[in-house]
Amino acid sequence: MGAIFKKEFKSFFTSPVGYFVLALILALSGYFFTGYNLVGGSSELSGVYGSVFSLVLVLVLPILTMRLFSDEKRQRTDQALLTSPVSLTSITLGKFFAALLMFAIGMSITLVFSLIIAFQVTPDWMVIIGNYLGMMLMGGMVIAIGLLISCLTESQIIAALGTAATAFVLTMLDSLSYMFSSNKILTDVIGFLSVTGRYNDFTTGIINYDNIIFFLSFQALFLFLTVRVLDHKRWS
Amino acid sequence: MIEVQNLTKRYGSNYAVRDISFQVEEGEILGFLGPNGAGKSTTMNILTGYLSATDGIVKVNGHDVLEEPNEAKANIGYLPEQPPLYLDMTVREYLSFMYDLKRCRLDRQQHIAEICRLVKIENVYGRLIKNLSKGYRQRVGLAQALIGNPPVLILDEPTVGLDPNQIIEIRSLIKKLGKHHTIILSSHILQEIEAVCDRIIIISQGELVADDTAAHLSRRYSDDRRLLARIMGPEADVLSLLSHLPGVEKAVSLGEREPGVIEYALDPKEDADVRRDLFDRLASRGWPLMGLKSMEMSLEDIFILLTRERLPGAPASKKGGTN
Repeated sequence: MGAIFKKEFKSFFTSPVGYFVLALILALSGYFFTGYNLVGGSSELSGVYGSVFSLVLVLVLPILTMRLFSDEKRQRTDQALLTSPVSLTSITLGKFFAALLMFAIGMSITLVFSLIIAFQVTPDWMVIIGNYLGMMLMGGMVIAIGLLISCLTESQIIAALGTAATAFVLTMLDSLSYMFSSNKILTDVIGFLSVTGRYNDFTTGIINYDNIIFFLSFQALFLFLTVRVLDHKRWS
Repeated sequence: MIEVQNLTKRYGSNYAVRDISFQVEEGEILGFLGPNGAGKSTTMNILTGYLSATDGIVKVNGHDVLEEPNEAKANIGYLPEQPPLYLDMTVREYLSFMYDLKRCRLDRQQHIAEICRLVKIENVYGRLIKNLSKGYRQRVGLAQALIGNPPVLILDEPTVGLDPNQIIEIRSLIKKLGKHHTIILSSHILQEIEAVCDRIIIISQGELVADDTAAHLSRRYSDDRRLLARIMGPEADVLSLLSHLPGVEKAVSLGEREPGVIEYALDPKEDADVRRDLFDRLASRGWPLMGLKSMEMSLEDIFILLTRERLPGAPASKKGGTN
């Protein structure tokens, strides 16, 4: 797992991907921080985090995950990975954690804003911690989905678009429950699956074990499915 | 060292590999021969654990590839048909990554340097793989297979796309490696297999059609050392002379091949060499011998004979047994 993790993380910086992701997060967060806090005169950071994160989910995470498996297959380097004495789970986890670390580094740029606010007023640290925890958990889930989609196709573009579309639908789930408000079962199901609802709990500083377990289980589920798909390809 | 039993790989109703069994002993260089699409790469991909077989057992150094994949894989160095190279890495980064991936325990610097010296890639060590020529890429692929010093090397068409000098170099390298490794080498180039391998397996349309040494194969399939002679002279007289030649079992005329020259086929008795007698007698009668050749089959003839398109589902025309 270590070798794959190291290789993937390094490869973000031997290609333009890593720099592009960092620049994009910096630009987005700078824009919203300036707008909400500096010009708007607010000390509230949740708005910045929320806006940045919803764009990062759809724009940045698909770029981070798109080539993780699709490119291996296209370049036939998966033959080196799959014939080496490493389990499919380690390969998948190595890639997952590399993308997660890259995402965490990107989002840590926004820590600067909390510090700037902290010079003026004492920020609500629980809200800030909650925001970061929520971002990592929900971001991790989208990364796991992206990994799964990336191993279903050889095309990076399809992998990126598929992940972006899935992330978009996930953030839109809540609005569906308004449309089906007459159907109790459907609204319950959507309410349970509502990732944004659960994420929003974190942004108000409520750290709820239910939500943590929800996100971790879905990460595990998508990683498990990735391993299954990889294994299935050997048999078909 | 390698044990393959009743290996079958099916895609839907198509058999890519069908009921193949063979063994490779320690230190042996085994040649895998077959036309394109015969199932060579599929077999190798199954041996190395990249693909799973529909049926059958593969054991490497006593470890079942399916049940103990990591132990089996740790014994194998694999160079696939297209070397698995990360083009945006330098040779140094790539080999170092493969070293980590294979959980190699040998001294990193020394081990990698040794391999680079062996496959002659020291001069491109710091360069990006995408800027390397095909020959160098192939050698980096070979270097990757050698990392960790695995007892078994599986090389899928290692010389394809190389120029003649590089081919000779890689071949002699493989021979050298054969002293310390068990090697399976695939190719559709007959001379290569003949030059490098101790033993040859021929597969055609997913089935094993021969498994033997080159010399044995050629003896088995050649037509009893039949001689073809072209002689100028009256047909009936020549034929009667040939038939009465000591050591000749049967002589037949094959008809006129050049003006006044008739070709005859001679079947000598076992181990009899009739060429000298034939020459002397013809000379004494004044009938010139215009040509004489042995029908002994080259590996190429055998290959064509064994891999000629058969009707789907029909059994191999001549089936070679195992050693």
